[in-house]
Amino acid sequence: MASLNVNGKTREVDADPSTPLLWVLRDTLGMTGTKFGCGAQLCGACTVHLDGKPVRSCGTPLSAALGKKVTTIEGVGATASGKKVQAAWAALDVPQCGYCQSGQIMSASALLAEKPNPTDADIDAAMAGNACRCGTYPRIRAAIHKAAKGA
Amino acid sequence: MKALKNPARRDFLKSGAAAGGALVIGVALPLRFKEALAATDSKINAWIRIGGDNSVTLLCARSEMGQGVVMSLPTLIAEELEVDLHKVKVEFAPPGEDYINSMLGGQITGGSTSVRDGFTKLREAGAKARTMLVAAAADKWGVDADKCHAHNGMVMGPGGKKATYGSLAEAASKLTPPKEVALKDSSKWRYVGKPLKRMDTAAKITGKAEYGIDVRLPGMLYAALAQCPVIGGKATSVDDAKAKSMPGVKHVVKVTDGVAVVADSWWQARQARDALNITWDEGPNKALSTEAVYKGLGEAMAQPGATIRKQGDVGAAMGAAAKKVEATYQMPFLSHSPLEPMNFTADVRKDSALLIGSIQFQQLAMGMATAITGLKPEQITIRTTFLGGGFGRRIDCDYFAQAVEISKQIGAPVKLVWTREDDMTHDFYRPASLTQMSGALDASGKPTAFSLKMSSPSVTSRLFPPLVKDGVDPLMTEAILVPYDIPNQSVATVIHDTGLRVGYLRSVSHALNVFANESFMDEMAAAAGKDPYEFRLSLLDKQPRFANVLKLAAQKAGWGKPLPKGRARGIALMEGYQTYMAQVVEASGEGGQIKVHRVVIAVDLGRMVNPNIVQQQLESNIVFGMQAALYGNITLKDGRVEQQNFNTYKLPRMPETPKIEMHIVKSSETPGGIGEPGMALFSPALANALFALTGKRQRTMPFSLA
Repeated sequence: MASLNVNGKTREVDADPSTPLLWVLRDTLGMTGTKFGCGAQLCGACTVHLDGKPVRSCGTPLSAALGKKVTTIEGVGATASGKKVQAAWAALDVPQCGYCQSGQIMSASALLAEKPNPTDADIDAAMAGNACRCGTYPRIRAAIHKAAKGA
Repeated sequence: MKALKNPARRDFLKSGAAAGGALVIGVALPLRFKEALAATDSKINAWIRIGGDNSVTLLCARSEMGQGVVMSLPTLIAEELEVDLHKVKVEFAPPGEDYINSMLGGQITGGSTSVRDGFTKLREAGAKARTMLVAAAADKWGVDADKCHAHNGMVMGPGGKKATYGSLAEAASKLTPPKEVALKDSSKWRYVGKPLKRMDTAAKITGKAEYGIDVRLPGMLYAALAQCPVIGGKATSVDDAKAKSMPGVKHVVKVTDGVAVVADSWWQARQARDALNITWDEGPNKALSTEAVYKGLGEAMAQPGATIRKQGDVGAAMGAAAKKVEATYQMPFLSHSPLEPMNFTADVRKDSALLIGSIQFQQLAMGMATAITGLKPEQITIRTTFLGGGFGRRIDCDYFAQAVEISKQIGAPVKLVWTREDDMTHDFYRPASLTQMSGALDASGKPTAFSLKMSSPSVTSRLFPPLVKDGVDPLMTEAILVPYDIPNQSVATVIHDTGLRVGYLRSVSHALNVFANESFMDEMAAAAGKDPYEFRLSLLDKQPRFANVLKLAAQKAGWGKPLPKGRARGIALMEGYQTYMAQVVEASGEGGQIKVHRVVIAVDLGRMVNPNIVQQQLESNIVFGMQAALYGNITLKDGRVEQQNFNTYKLPRMPETPKIEMHIVKSSETPGGIGEPGMALFSPALANALFALTGKRQRTMPFSLA
């Protein structure tokens, strides 16, 4: 048993320490908001925050998350930037199939927490690791700018 | 996919049985199914349930894979039912005869048909239910139904009488539905045609939306499946000693498509799967290569093929030509690669089965489930979740059948999840194709002859063989006929099976045919020394809807106006899914890197249910089209698909996304489909821009400036 801090709560998890955090969240803890897309840190669907920094949970072993604060899509709305990002996403109707959006929102929230007024170049750099097969990129960009304005 | 002309349901059902391959051949797809109904709800008709508590549940009979049916279809029902759309609950419909897509002949989501099929049908369903609720109120009050009307979930009668739908639902459900109802005039629409926000957004931005991969059942185990690296191969022997000794592993079972490891968690199952030692009989495709595919497609061109259009005398016109143009276009296999990898959850018991997940073809799933389990349709519950993308991949139900087989063998609920590598190497690929074109111009630069011959594998020959008649696959010839006024034309197709299995992918053959046609029209314009926009326009006198969008796109894009150095424009035009569209693409190629700066779309899709979703779909199609134009290329070596993940099968990302401008023609024509055409049109518009930029034609996809 290991203690994992997820969204401000301590959870006891029974999983091999080498297990990717993604599968601990999804299968062990039943938190399925974090998505499996590629398993190789290539698509960003599994993005969560470790101590506020975005990481790909498919390539992060459980052992690397112990002793840190894990934030997922289920909890990001309780952070200042996450709340703004979700509001902007809703206002601009960003999602289509929606499958990548958890990861997109986690990356965008981390960006805004670090850079409250990101430029387009900042957005390109922070979001390039998150693929969207539906092509919601124009609305994601607009929503990040909108969230930055606090709208 | 396009709508099939008068699909014969019997043909479809017969052919659909072949869809799963050997597994279900000879099994007719069932038409009648049981349906689950909450005890407290009254079913007014197949789409509408009303609870005693006034709750309204609308059923969505198409799979939601991003295209917005979960919003647009309930909108049509609510408009006539007279309920608050934002208070209704939407559920995905079970398999059922009422839910058959009359444009395709089966309960299937595809072909940009959802709105077109539902536009009148669903408004009528709403209006009939409203009429029944009003009649129930009139009966209750002993007044004429003419004296009552419905508004916002209530029926109002003479003297201030009021009754909620909830209080009338049970009585209404027992009435005979009216045969005919009058629908509201469009000027009275409250929801239809308005850019409403989607009601599924809240769930999708909080991680609460349930996709197939998120399904959890009590006591559920997890499975990973080893499939032969060459599609179609079979396991001949399995050494599972090591896998069985690994933590959490519960079962190793052989199924039709491979060997599954079942464990307490998916990560355990996946690791143990990789420890299996399997000997494969790789089957007839073990030596298949990309070179062999295109060689075969090229050789197939020698066949006469099936004639799609023969008009005038092409030979004579070619002989008399002042100038001739010839070109061959090549398009590769593509993978659907929805971001949610294939997966399914099955709980097969002795006398029942519960099957939940992401599928596009509920009827095929039911047919396969009955064949595998031996259960009757009424013993089987199939529930569709949100789909993490579909793009046609989930029309095929191979992963569904695998999960059902595994659960049946182990006697427990199981969730099968493929890896991304499984998904990319075991797709049903968008067919590769070759298109040979030739054309003739007279001395004034006017085109006098146009000839096209394409060779390609046929998806329909595999999925719905009876629909292929006289060598013509109707889903291989979409948009193959140009709208241009050219007197002598010959168009033919040759079906050639390359060995690799193929499937319907967003825009299906529109992408192949529009790329060839619109690239070639550009080549003809260049040979004639004419502006590609003016050249097209001069041939559209009899095609006002085409001409209109072409002019609109050119005007909005500033066609003919100077651009910054190093940039160029390309234009292209099409009709698909009853939607008329033109695009102008602005691109540059600095350092050999193709960069798309701006895409201007002009579209006439007739009436819209939701302009917001229309815009989403247009944006989506450009990014999807960019993937095909710039990156998508599935190649084969030793029978194996070489691309395994998104490092070698790249997707466009945020920094590459161009500015997308949309101009939608106000129209009261019949609704056209919008989920697919934009993707097909992007490639030729970009190819034509790159020609304008470099003077070199892009005849092979994906494009390259090297």
